[in-house]
Amino acid sequence: METVIERIEQGRFWQFHGGIHPPEMKFLTTNKPIRTVSLPQRLVLPIQQHIGEAGELIVKPGDYVLKGQPLTKTTVPLAVPIHAPTSGTIASIENHIIAHPSGLNEMSVILMPDGEDRWRERHIVENYSQLDKNTLVEKIANAGIAGMGGAGFPTHIKVNTKAKIDFLIINAAECEPYITADDLLMREHAASVIEGIKILDKILEPAFILIGIEDNKPEAIDALNHEIKQFDKIKLCVVPTKYPTGGEKQLIKILTGKEVPSGVLPSSLGIVMQNVGTCHAIAEAVISDTPLIKRVVTVTGQALEKPQNVWALLGTPIEHLLQECQYPQQQKRHIIMGGPMMGFSLPNTQVPVVKTTNCILAPSEKEIPDANQEIECIRCGQCAEVCPAQLLPQELQWHAKAKDSEQLTKLNLFDCIECGACAYVCPSHIPLVHYYRVSKAEIRQQKLLDIKAEKAKQRFEARKARLERDKKAREEKHKKAAEARRARMNSGTEEANKEKSAVAAALARVQAKKAQQSGVQANTTNDDKKSQVADAIARAKAKKAGQSAPNGDAGDDKKQQVAAAIARAKAKKLAAKEQANDDSAEENINAVETKPTSAQDDKKARVAAAVARAKAKKLAAQEQPSDVGTDDTGKSPETISSTAEDAKKARIAAAVAKAKAKKLAANTESDDQRTEGEAEASTKDKDDVMAEAIVEPPQETSTSTQDDKKARIAAAVAKAKAKKLAANTGSDDQRTEGEAEASTKDKAEVTAEAVVEPMQETSTSAQDDKKARIAAAVAKAKAKKQAANADTDVKQVEGEAKASTKDKTNVTAEADVEAAGETSTSAQDDKKARIAAAVAKAKAKKLAEKAQKDNQTS
Amino acid sequence: MTVLIAILVVGLISLAFGALLGFASVKFKVEGDPLAEQIDAILPQTQCGQCGYPGCKPYADAVANGEAINKCAPGGDDTIKKIADLMGVEPIAMDEAHETDNTPKVAFIIEEDCIGCTKCIQACPVDAIIGTTKQMHTIIADECTGCDLCVAPCPVDCIEMRPIPQTTRNWQWDLANIPVTQID
Amino acid sequence: MTDYLLLLIGTVLVNNFVLVKFLGLCPFMGVSSKVETAIGMSFATTFVMTLASLLSYLVDTYLLEPLSLQYLTTMTFILVIAVVVQFTEMVVHKTSANLYRSLGIFLPLITSNCAVLGVALLNTYEKHNFLESIIYGFSAALGFSLVLVMFSAMREKLANADVPKPFKGSAIAMITAGLMSLAFMGFTGLVKL
Repeated sequence: METVIERIEQGRFWQFHGGIHPPEMKFLTTNKPIRTVSLPQRLVLPIQQHIGEAGELIVKPGDYVLKGQPLTKTTVPLAVPIHAPTSGTIASIENHIIAHPSGLNEMSVILMPDGEDRWRERHIVENYSQLDKNTLVEKIANAGIAGMGGAGFPTHIKVNTKAKIDFLIINAAECEPYITADDLLMREHAASVIEGIKILDKILEPAFILIGIEDNKPEAIDALNHEIKQFDKIKLCVVPTKYPTGGEKQLIKILTGKEVPSGVLPSSLGIVMQNVGTCHAIAEAVISDTPLIKRVVTVTGQALEKPQNVWALLGTPIEHLLQECQYPQQQKRHIIMGGPMMGFSLPNTQVPVVKTTNCILAPSEKEIPDANQEIECIRCGQCAEVCPAQLLPQELQWHAKAKDSEQLTKLNLFDCIECGACAYVCPSHIPLVHYYRVSKAEIRQQKLLDIKAEKAKQRFEARKARLERDKKAREEKHKKAAEARRARMNSGTEEANKEKSAVAAALARVQAKKAQQSGVQANTTNDDKKSQVADAIARAKAKKAGQSAPNGDAGDDKKQQVAAAIARAKAKKLAAKEQANDDSAEENINAVETKPTSAQDDKKARVAAAVARAKAKKLAAQEQPSDVGTDDTGKSPETISSTAEDAKKARIAAAVAKAKAKKLAANTESDDQRTEGEAEASTKDKDDVMAEAIVEPPQETSTSTQDDKKARIAAAVAKAKAKKLAANTGSDDQRTEGEAEASTKDKAEVTAEAVVEPMQETSTSAQDDKKARIAAAVAKAKAKKQAANADTDVKQVEGEAKASTKDKTNVTAEADVEAAGETSTSAQDDKKARIAAAVAKAKAKKLAEKAQKDNQTS
Repeated sequence: MTVLIAILVVGLISLAFGALLGFASVKFKVEGDPLAEQIDAILPQTQCGQCGYPGCKPYADAVANGEAINKCAPGGDDTIKKIADLMGVEPIAMDEAHETDNTPKVAFIIEEDCIGCTKCIQACPVDAIIGTTKQMHTIIADECTGCDLCVAPCPVDCIEMRPIPQTTRNWQWDLANIPVTQID
Repeated sequence: MTDYLLLLIGTVLVNNFVLVKFLGLCPFMGVSSKVETAIGMSFATTFVMTLASLLSYLVDTYLLEPLSLQYLTTMTFILVIAVVVQFTEMVVHKTSANLYRSLGIFLPLITSNCAVLGVALLNTYEKHNFLESIIYGFSAALGFSLVLVMFSAMREKLANADVPKPFKGSAIAMITAGLMSLAFMGFTGLVKL
């Protein structure tokens, strides 16, 4: 520590590596005082003029602002406010070209000065030494001061360091050619600069304050010496002129002999550096409450007739300054902002002066010739000799050309201060710095992309995890719901039964199934529903046996089974109906004699579906008893009709290789009831198959009626089949409509409808026996249909059976059987229809059966 | 006799070495493939699926197992070069089927057209779209990877891909536009 | 002791396997584009060469010679080398998957690296004893490694250098190798005849 000071006192300094001595060209402006320029027509104030974040706008177009009034406020630490440089009206807030090599536009406040230059209220601080540190830092922050040397780092951040500071270094080197702004500032405002240094001293409390100044500014040195006489703490260090002494790391090296390692801030070495211009601005801000609204700008270059330093309000367009300094209009050469070494060419002259603008250079043709043609590197190594950062410019250049960012990083490209010394000495006129700038920007961009990619990856993985979680939760929920449903079903209530069938309906992938039941009129109702869903897999087959054995009174027994078994698809369907014989019916009649007492409906529906992939089966069964029908016993009778037994069995077995839907619906009604049952089952295979079976047997006799209908539809398809069976029975002034539609969708569609409407109006026993079997077995495409009608004793039976099968074409099979019996005695309808269609590849079968019976005699 | 001895000796040596190798193959069994992780780190993580795999990681796995390295359209030639470096193979040209314009873009929702169907939200691989049913959606531009996947599901075509605007932050020096300025 | 040291230095510099004896040129050109890979290759080759010369010495001395089967030398040496290479490959695969990838085909190709067979055969011709054999194998590998790493470092720089177009790529690499060879020949001057 002592040695450093000792050496400084002896006037011995360290040296940094390399450096050059370009022509200084400072004589153009150094002998003229700083001039105040006239107010420009308008001021353009980019809201961000520093490194960090932009402040938040607090004015809007049309506002009248006073001089020094803040236009933005700071919301984050790295933000720096801007202030109105003069009084006037905000004309607009728009994107305006800014002082950036890209020539891009950024948000700027356009201020139209009113020429009055009216100040806002200011609070002069007489004695700043009584203020505490935080107040001082706050004043600096509010004044919008950002490093005025060129980088524009917010000063309040820089001075608010927690580290213990050994050296406060004031950078007055101003090493770049042409620029004399700091020189003139020190000459004319030395006292103010020193005041600013003292304020910094109070904030930072450094051990020593060093002012680094090059020996080519004797007048400034004199002025400063005069001011610092009383302050031992401040050492004025006059260092030899060499470019780039003014670089932060270089000046630190010269004054203290310390080297700032790569990627480390000087403050961690106990060193803080400030520019003289910044010191002046700090003094102004703290003492006279003047925010940073103007700065000294060197307007120079041999193209100008009157190069001079000027006090330029921030926001002054360059055009205005050039005019003030008499820039010949015919000159169309580029204007450089900053010095000749580190500056950049301006895209046009509307660019405003900002906080970091220290020089406007308008060179003549002779001064800075247009770009020399770049030629190959001759490996002279001069660039490495002059590099103040001790890099290897020539290797950097190769790698930069090859865009090898890895190697560039390895070679410490980011320690390059872009001083331009290497390019200056290069005999091949290689614009080395430009290559570095491009590469730096690319690497920075790549890093941003990497960060973004990493973020995207995390978000992607988080999303995946979330979806997975959701899926599990959903499955869990479904499982629970299913359990709850099962529990409810097992409770055996009426609703449970309904639900059961509903569940059966909505299995797997599903299809539409429908079961309707309507029951009207009933005193006593006994509903018994059973549905079974049996899944038989693979080659399994579904079989169904349904039996209804009506005892004594009346019994309806319906069973429906839908069994689907796949092994490439077979479907079999069996419907069996059993009805009590005449005997039993007569027995019943004898027992009860006239009118039917009880009716029992028993329906069972079994749906067995075995699906390899998805099947849907549905079963609906309904039962409804008659008027009087009380109970099983059926002894209470006495009313009207005797017994009605409905036994229906339907089997639908559909086996689909891929997807099938089966539906079965069966309805029964007895005693002045009307039952409509619709069951739709539609099967889609590669073809469309529609099968309709409508059986409408009306009976009007009064005696016991037995309807026996069997419908079998067996469809075996190689790939998809659909079967449907519907059976209805009605007795005693009843009308039963049963529609069964089974639609299975596979690659094709098969629709089968079976409508059975039995009407019986006679009083005697009537037996309707209808069997419909549809078996479709076709090698390739066959359709067979059988319709059988049986009429006994004064009945009319009309049977129509149509079967159409669709193969690769469309085949529709319809079977209509209409049987009408009008006699009073027992009538038996027996209808059988079989359609067997078996297709090797895709077939559709349809069966429809209709039977009607009318018996209206009695 | 000498022949027999020779055969015996060579046979014995071979047997011994075989045993050694067998032991080594068990002892030094390699598990897992850290290569896939490294490839994944190179990929741009747009999760766009243009390579034919559902995301960058699956493609990385596939590349580690021999899939062509030139299928990452968003990554472009840079990514191919990096993967080639890592794998020690020669860089190859971008697969033509996957060649796309890879200027960086972000999705943009034309908000007055948005019907709030949430379809794009489901499509977004990085959850960069916010909104809910019947509410207007919007894109978090910073998180958007420009993968394009939300464009197709939109029923009203209110999403478009816009190039990322150039600002001073992402501006890059253009060598052609920098005048070489030296003083004499 | 001095003999061993001389043997080592002599093999590494004066009689460098690559640049003077021109053995093992295949990996020398093949895996020298990146320093990292070259270093990995060096380690693998060093391991293989040392182990191979050791084993081949044992096989030769204790099996082939007593049974007068010297005519099988080449065959058995190749067998030994193949096994050692396989073994090395497994170890490398286990320890550094990256190196394993970047070495790629050159790792199993060590088997056919003539420097390895050369060192084993030279051991027999020069009638090296056990220790000499090991030192000879190791120093031959050391020489190989030295040259390989140096060469790859140069090639890495050459990759981005503005080499005249006709010389780009392998051409300049060959020229560089030739110049290196010339330079190594200079080491002959170390030996006073």
